[in-house]
This record gives sequence, structure tokens and C-alpha cells, in this order.
Amino acid sequence: MLSIKNLQARIEEKEILKGINLDIKPGEVHAIMGPNGSGKSTLASVLAGRSDYEVTGGEVEFNGKDLFELSPEDRAREGLFLAFQYPVEIPGVSTTNFIKTAVNEIRKYLGEEPMDAVQFLKKMKEKMKLVEIDQSLLSRSLNEGFSGGEKKRNEIFQMAMLEPTLAILDETDSGLDIDALRIVAEGVNKLRDGNRSFLVITHYQRLLDYIVPDHVHVLYKGKIVKSGGKELALELEERGYDFIKEELGESVEA
Amino acid sequence: MSEMLNTLEQTALSEYKYGWVTNIEADEAPPGLNEDIIRFISAKKNEPEWMLEWRLKAFRHWLKMEVPRWPNVKYPDVDFQAIKYYSAPKQKKEISSLDEVDPELRATFEKLGISLDEQKRLTGVAVDAVIDSVSVATTFKTQLAEMGIIFCSMSEAIKEHPELVKKWLGSVVPVTDNFYSALNSAVFSDGSFCYIPKGVRCPMELSTYFRINAAGTGQFERTLIVAEEGAYVSYLEGCTAPQRDENQLHAAVVEIVALDNAEVKYSTVQNWYPGDKEGKGGIYNFVTKRGICAGVNSKISWTQVETGSAVTWKYPSVILKGDNSVGEFYSVAVTNNHQQADTGTKMLHIGKNTRSRIVSKGISAGFSQNSYRGLVNVGKNATNARNFSQCDSLLLGDKCGAHTFPYIEVKNSTAQVEHEATTSKIGEDQIFYCNQRGLDTETAVALIINGFAKEVMNQLPMEFAIEAQKLLAISLEGSVG
Repeated sequence: MLSIKNLQARIEEKEILKGINLDIKPGEVHAIMGPNGSGKSTLASVLAGRSDYEVTGGEVEFNGKDLFELSPEDRAREGLFLAFQYPVEIPGVSTTNFIKTAVNEIRKYLGEEPMDAVQFLKKMKEKMKLVEIDQSLLSRSLNEGFSGGEKKRNEIFQMAMLEPTLAILDETDSGLDIDALRIVAEGVNKLRDGNRSFLVITHYQRLLDYIVPDHVHVLYKGKIVKSGGKELALELEERGYDFIKEELGESVEA
Repeated sequence: MSEMLNTLEQTALSEYKYGWVTNIEADEAPPGLNEDIIRFISAKKNEPEWMLEWRLKAFRHWLKMEVPRWPNVKYPDVDFQAIKYYSAPKQKKEISSLDEVDPELRATFEKLGISLDEQKRLTGVAVDAVIDSVSVATTFKTQLAEMGIIFCSMSEAIKEHPELVKKWLGSVVPVTDNFYSALNSAVFSDGSFCYIPKGVRCPMELSTYFRINAAGTGQFERTLIVAEEGAYVSYLEGCTAPQRDENQLHAAVVEIVALDNAEVKYSTVQNWYPGDKEGKGGIYNFVTKRGICAGVNSKISWTQVETGSAVTWKYPSVILKGDNSVGEFYSVAVTNNHQQADTGTKMLHIGKNTRSRIVSKGISAGFSQNSYRGLVNVGKNATNARNFSQCDSLLLGDKCGAHTFPYIEVKNSTAQVEHEATTSKIGEDQIFYCNQRGLDTETAVALIINGFAKEVMNQLPMEFAIEAQKLLAISLEGSVG
């Protein structure tokens, strides 16, 4: 459902992604790990279509379409969801109103009728339980004055409401205490339905105790340098990123 | 929201959607201004002698006055001798019912979304429509009259209720007040008059729609609202104009009087033609609006959504004379392309325990300049006066300007005056976040600015809030991305 071939991208003059290859099949959970500055968040931003980044090479196919032919909003409407590392605040716009607008914009793109208030509220109630989010939070302005944990939970709630086919979680665990981490991860797990795919970007192995990935990739200096099963995450946790560097020093960096 | 999107799509194709001209024969005065023209206007309207004298007095005073230069706006001087001061849609005979209104004219109002039909009762809005300075029809007059409410054109009020007009006209904005109010007093051709008797709560929104149609004309309407003891009324005005290359002058005066325990809520959705993308054409909107809380516990509230006009110069104000009276000013002013707005309010605290609240939201885009100018004055006898002012500016792009000129004059030590101000920009981060949730950029901007302006929009009557929301989005078409 997502196929990345030799993806290269830069910001201003700085090359960040230097040839990424990755295939994600429906229902799979892939984790991308790597040290700071390896290009993890850049990958998420490029896939979602942030304009600061320039794609300089490679191709990405998403659900049979050329991803780079689609505007950021069309990528979202096609089912690509990014849970932001730093969700933005929009004063005066209630979270409920924002999500309702998003849901109906996506439905419109798909040629569906807009959801009426009753249907929408019903769906909200259902998903609120799933991610243990409070009604009062949803009546407040989007992310305004939310704690770090509330913001992340709100991201997962939006994901539940928008029902994407591919969800990218960009360091969703950063800044979360252990309880918030558990709630967020459980929310994600409940949304694993065998069809929806996930790309989980994280610095720490901790999140992967809760969201167990099918595949783990190590991103280093803009390339995937090692891939493996869930045990790779544990190995990284134990040995640190240095062992990757050592391995590379011996083999790849020639 | 999806409705908003549809509107956006429509307007992407048609820029200023109110820009058509109706082909109605007009009865016009030749261009220029002198005592003969004023006599002509007064005679056309079959006015009594006292009214003509009032006009002439204003005109003679106006001749001695100078154009105000202090607003933060730039535009070429207006040639007052090139303007036609009277233009009335020609009607063959007196009309006795709405069915007899010129079909072209009715079609005009249909386009504006105003049905002059009595069906309007269903929506609870009574409408007075003023086209090129002349009131065309007033709906629901009969129903309102049963409650003692007078809602009619100013011309009619001069004839039918001279004692009320004589008593209140010019009592809040004196003839000599300022350059444009003096001009208006001399040449006003019509407007709305509204009188709510003692203890009556007006059951419906009263509304006036102003439309400039003829070329080369100015529009000078005069509105007077009087709320007697314990009366209440909510009043709305809307304005549009055709798209023309030339600048047209609009210089209106609105006066409001609230006696003991009375309340008047006045809302404006101003959408005069703003000029094209290069700043050519558009309306000069030089308006004097003022209310007096003459009685104890009275309240006057101004709400304005200003999206149109090439140049706006307007300060709806409240004189808080009665003890415990309340004045409010809620404003959203949007400027795009080359528009300029210098708008704000004056709150003059005279009585004891008077309170005022100012919420101003300025949104600037393109090459526009948007200024808030406000005065809070607490007189020496205004014990325990309180004011709270909030002035927020939102910038779209980096070629526009936002300015704030707050003036505070306090002569009583018990007064509490607070002023808060912020300036922010719509961030690319905010837009991208919205894009990532499936909203296109125009929708995202509309959402963000409506959030920014929410506190003011919430003050509008329900049926106009939706219209105003769409207007905000439309006015900022193409300003981002």
C-alpha cells in the first residue's frame, strides 16, 4: 500500500534523505528508529507533503497512486494520516468543529454525503472511549492550552475519527509519561484492524513495548541501514545506536 | 463548512459577487453641490420648510470645514463638485403595496438575498431597503405599527412624525460634528427611522440594506433609532455596491438614543465594493455612527463586520451619560489587496458606574493597511467607570500592515481601564496541519480567521452570522498560498 523507492529529499541546501527504500503492506506495522538527526521526522514530513522539503529523487506509490502528484490535502483524503510530533494550536476553533470539518472534507472528496450532527456525535462518543479522551477537551479550542499528553491523545483521537489507511506516528511518545504513553499506545492498538498500516517513528524502544511492530528499520544519515523484526528494537535498546555505527564502519562506509 | 466551501468555489470564479448594475431609470440631480442642489433635494422629497433650513444650516457650516487628515489612510482628494447628490430609482406612481415595486428592483433585492415579500416574516426580519439613497420599501410596517413601533424611511418619518424627527435628529451627531456628518446633514436623501415606544421589546430584527447603483453618485443615508424607556431593539444593516473603476463616496450618519433601561443592539455587515486587485475603484466609506445611553441602566452595543470599501473611516461610539449604562463595540475588520481601514470606537464615560467593552479583531492581507483607533474617555464625575479593551491583529503575508492607536483619557481616579493587544500571523504550520487533515488552504484560512474573530461573530444575530462567516472567507480569497 506504500512503496518508497530510492527517496531523496533536502531542506534548503542540505541533503537529508539519501535513498530510502521501504515497502509497507496492508495491516503491517513498521517502526523506524534512529538517532537524532538521522532523517526520521523528515521522512514523515515528506510523505505528508510539507512544503519546506524538496524531493530530489525517487518515487513513492500510495494505494496505487503517485504520492507526489497529490497535494497534502489530497494525500490526507486518500487516507494518509500524520500524527504530529508538535501539534499546532488554532485559537477559537473548537476541536469538535475542526474534526467535523476534516471528516466532511474527506467524505466530500470520496463522493460521500456530509455526516450530520447526530451521526457525527455518535461516532465521536464511540471513538472517545477508544482513546480515553474527555468531552471537555473536545469543546476547547484546538490544542490551545493542552498539555503535551492531551495533544498527543488528541492526535490519536483524530486518527480514530478520520480512519486512515496509513497512519504515520511521528515521535508520538516524546514528552509522554508512562500512563499517557500506555493510553496512546492502546488507542493505536485498538485501531489495528488487519488492513490499516502504521509507520511508527520513534527514538526509543519503550513505545514498541506497547505497539509491537512487524518490522523495525534503523535510519541513519538518511538511509535505512538495517531492517529486522521486533527483536531489532530490543537489540538497539540494549546496545545503543553505536553498534550500528560500528557495523557500518566495518562494512558500509567504504 | 461545506457550504462555506461552495461559496469559495463560486467566488473563485466571480470575484466580487455583488458587482452588477441594475438597469433602472434614475431620477437624478446634476453633479455638484450648492444651495440650489440642496433645495432641489428637499423639494424632490416634498420636505417641510424646517427640514430645508436644517440642511442649509449644515451646508453653510460644511463650507467652512476641512477634510479630516488624521486617519491613517491615503487617497486622492474627493472632488465634491463631481458627485451627484441625488439619484432615485424612477417609479411611475406612488406604490401602495410591495407587488407594485419595479420588477427590476425586486430582482435586485432577490440577488442580494433580500426578499421583500411578506414571507420575510417567517425569518423574523423586517427590512427597509435603500437603493441609491432612496428607501424603496419597508416590510412589516403594519405588524410593527400595532405595537407602536415606527420603522420607516427617513423621508416618511419627516412627513409623518415631524415632532420625533425634530426632537432627535442631530441630537447625538450634531450638524457641526465633523466634515462628513455636516455634508451628510446637508444632502442626505434617505435612510431609516426607527422608534420603539416605552416598554416595548421589538419582536423581530429590524434590518436595512443599502445599495449604491447609479454611477457617479454618492450615497448619504441617515439613520435614527430611538428606544424609549425600557425598550429593546436589535438592528442590522448590510451594504453592497456595483463594481466600478471610479471611487464612490458613502458618507452616512447613524444616531442611536437609548433612554432609561433601554437597549439597542446595532450590527453591521459592510461589504461595499473594495476596488480591484490593483486598488482601482471601490467605495470611500466615511461614516459617523454614535449612540447615547441617555438614561440610567441603558445599553448600546455596536457589532461590525467590515470587509468591503477601498477606504474606511469609521468609529461607532457610545456616550455613556446615564448612570450604570453600558457601551459595547465588537469589530472584525478585514482588509485585502489595497484596502485601507482606520476604524475603532469612542467610549465616553460621563455617568457613574458606566461600563464599556471593546473587542477589535483586525485581519490584514495583501498590501492592505488596517488600523484600530479608539478612545476611552472617563470624565471627572464618572465614578467607578470601567473599560476593557482587547485589540488583536492577524496578518496574512508580509506586505500588509496592522496598526493600533489607543487613546486613554482618565479624569477620575476610581476608574479601571484595561487594554490588551496582540499581533499574530497565520503560520504555515497551522495551514499545513489543516491540509494534513484534508482541508484545502482556503478552507483552512477561513477556519483560522473565523476562530480568530469568533468572539465578535458570536455577537451577530444568528441568520447574519453565517453570511458574515462566508464574507470573511471570500474577502481573503487568494491571499494565502
